[in-house]
Amino acid sequence: MSTQNKTIVDINHYTKIPFLVKARPYLIMLPALLITIGILYPFGIAIYYSLTNFSFRSPTFKFVGFKNWSDMFLNRDFWHAVLVTGKYALFTTGSEMLLGLGIALLLSRASRFTKILKVVLIFPLMIAPVIATLIWQLMTNTSVGILEKFLNIFGIYNFPWASSAKTAMFTATVIDIWVYAPFVIILILAGIQSLPKSPFESAKIDGGSAWFTFKTLTLPMLKPYMYIALIFRLMASLQEFSIIFALTKGGPGDTLMNLSITGYNTGFAFLKLGKSLPYVLFLWIIIYVISKKLVGKWLKVQKNASGN
Amino acid sequence: MIKSIWKRSLSFGLILVFLFSLTACGGKNSISTPNQSDDSTKKVKEEAKKTGFSWDMAKGEEIKILFNQHPYAEAVIKKIPDFEEKTGIKVDYSITPEENYFDKVTTSLNSRSGDPDIFMTGAYQIWEYAPPGYIQDLSEFIDDPNMTASDYDIDDFYSGILGALRWDLVPGHKTGTGPQWALPMGFEAYTLAYNKRIFEENGLKPPKTMDELLDVTTKLNEFDGKGTYGLALRGSRNWATIHPGYMSTFVNYGAKDFEIKDGKLVSMVNSKEAVEMTDMWVNLIRSGGSPSWSSYTWYQAGADLGAGKAAMLFDADVVSYFQNPEGASKEAGNISWVSAPLPEGKTEVNSNLWTWALAMNKESKHKQAAWLFLQYFTGKEYSLWASVNAKVVNPARQSVFEHPDFVEVIKKADGYAEVFKETIDGTTIQFTPQPHFFETTTEWAATLQEIVAGKFGSTQEGMDALQKKINKTVEDIEVE
Repeated sequence: MSTQNKTIVDINHYTKIPFLVKARPYLIMLPALLITIGILYPFGIAIYYSLTNFSFRSPTFKFVGFKNWSDMFLNRDFWHAVLVTGKYALFTTGSEMLLGLGIALLLSRASRFTKILKVVLIFPLMIAPVIATLIWQLMTNTSVGILEKFLNIFGIYNFPWASSAKTAMFTATVIDIWVYAPFVIILILAGIQSLPKSPFESAKIDGGSAWFTFKTLTLPMLKPYMYIALIFRLMASLQEFSIIFALTKGGPGDTLMNLSITGYNTGFAFLKLGKSLPYVLFLWIIIYVISKKLVGKWLKVQKNASGN
Repeated sequence: MIKSIWKRSLSFGLILVFLFSLTACGGKNSISTPNQSDDSTKKVKEEAKKTGFSWDMAKGEEIKILFNQHPYAEAVIKKIPDFEEKTGIKVDYSITPEENYFDKVTTSLNSRSGDPDIFMTGAYQIWEYAPPGYIQDLSEFIDDPNMTASDYDIDDFYSGILGALRWDLVPGHKTGTGPQWALPMGFEAYTLAYNKRIFEENGLKPPKTMDELLDVTTKLNEFDGKGTYGLALRGSRNWATIHPGYMSTFVNYGAKDFEIKDGKLVSMVNSKEAVEMTDMWVNLIRSGGSPSWSSYTWYQAGADLGAGKAAMLFDADVVSYFQNPEGASKEAGNISWVSAPLPEGKTEVNSNLWTWALAMNKESKHKQAAWLFLQYFTGKEYSLWASVNAKVVNPARQSVFEHPDFVEVIKKADGYAEVFKETIDGTTIQFTPQPHFFETTTEWAATLQEIVAGKFGSTQEGMDALQKKINKTVEDIEVE
């Protein structure tokens, strides 16, 4: 009997899993869990405050349900901000993608000139967008600006740039392109340089035209890189704040009042944080939906490009 | 399928639990009555009662100061070592550019950490900071002989300037009564500065009426070729565009921003006088303003006058004053001042007022030391030094303005003292105090930009749209 008992104890001894071994999967997951909580907590706070009348002007606040959200949807300024956000993202990302692709293709041909250009083109990326905007403000100044002097040669005087509602969006777009097009160029250029050489050599031997090679080989194989550039630029341009704020603070009038600037003004200039958060969260929803779609597309395109 | 629904319900439930747990956290903020003496203030006063006033009564303490980047702040910073030596208090300060200054102040005060102890403020900010109890009522210290030096002489301040920083916390009630929320470092009135050289070369006389101003502005457009223009004005999409020359002229036309009707604030920006005035303002910008007007703050407007690009500047008297001392700008010495031009038939000069002032954080842990700092840097001795040796114009103290040393300084600015005397009695806060001030005036500036850009069929149409927006913004305000 005693021998039998001893055997059972021994078996238990060997089958008992130490605590650390048991906890290992959870411990491995812990950093990721903490990071997830760290990311989600401010986000959860933002959702919560968007349901309150929190204001920097008052020491107390109360739960108001979806009032801030309904007020936002009923506000004409909100729909104007949505339109400005969309237009800005479309103009800047569209132009940057086209220019980025074109310039990257030109730079892909090795020469001394392109080597220098590759270095020079990175300069705007090294400058903070706010500083870049201030530089552009100086360049477009009607009395000392170099661009004003340049336009004077063609008989154009006092071009209004950011001061007119008609040209403010154009000016902001130009600055955005100046700052961010190099990012697209670099990404696409890296893509071009990583393309396999053999398909292009075959196409050359078969007498394929430049347009044919570009349409059937370069473009499909470059698509994954272009999608990455598109995702990054579209997300950032939808959120754009610094260039517009430094340029006109959203003016003239309401010309450049996008969702970020409207949210910032409502929260920090007018101190109504509860009312400002729906603008920011709405922007987040839009970006989430669009980027999710684009990431799905990117995975598909990447699969096609790799021939799987 | 059932599993998926169950999972979704669980997730939704967890989110709700999370949100409600936050509700429990959020409601615990303490409420303090803004104009009620708090425990820390009582304690400080009791301690002072035991010893009586002395400059070293808070020796060994350390205070933090938040400055806006401004010549007034530069003057204070130069004298901090003297203050530290006199009081034994250590001063730690930081400077923030004006663009982001009040964002920083607001978030600091809202955190209720007691940091900074002292900060620079304007009168309009008091309408936001005083109601939630962010700032200390200074009357409690001023009236206490154990806390305040016997030679401080509060009555020496110009009453309109000091009164701009008093308010009874009731929206719609004018400033000038109630607790003293801050003490002035200096102030600005709004006058017309012009370049004598340019006027002489063009055979013109400085305008006295608004019609004359329009005429001169039109004549001086491109007076020295492309890029030069008649009149520099602020125009950026910001509340600060409305409060200088625009608001002063608005009042001189007999217009009001609000009236109280049935216990509510009602915007009057579309009244006959307001529309007539705004129409004149728009004409001034169109016929001789800067082509970049809509991006102009006082920095650019002042710089254009100093550079000889603009022949006139209708803005704060100090903005043009800063351009006039030798070496300060290309046109230094050529700038002269006249009172704000008036509409036809009006004789009384009114001006809006801006004052940079020092206020105390109500949550400060070093109120005695902070109050000594406030006293020192708004006292007679420092004010005279700052006005004579630094760029602190206009002094808020009458004794400084009349002091022979300052009279000598101001003599170098042609017409400045005369215009000051003509304007000072009519200089006060011309806006109706209300907590949405920055929202309504920013909207006002945006509408002005839109009217200038021709978005509306007429000025009346633009001001009607603005009136609706302002009324919507202030609809939650109950006026007692």
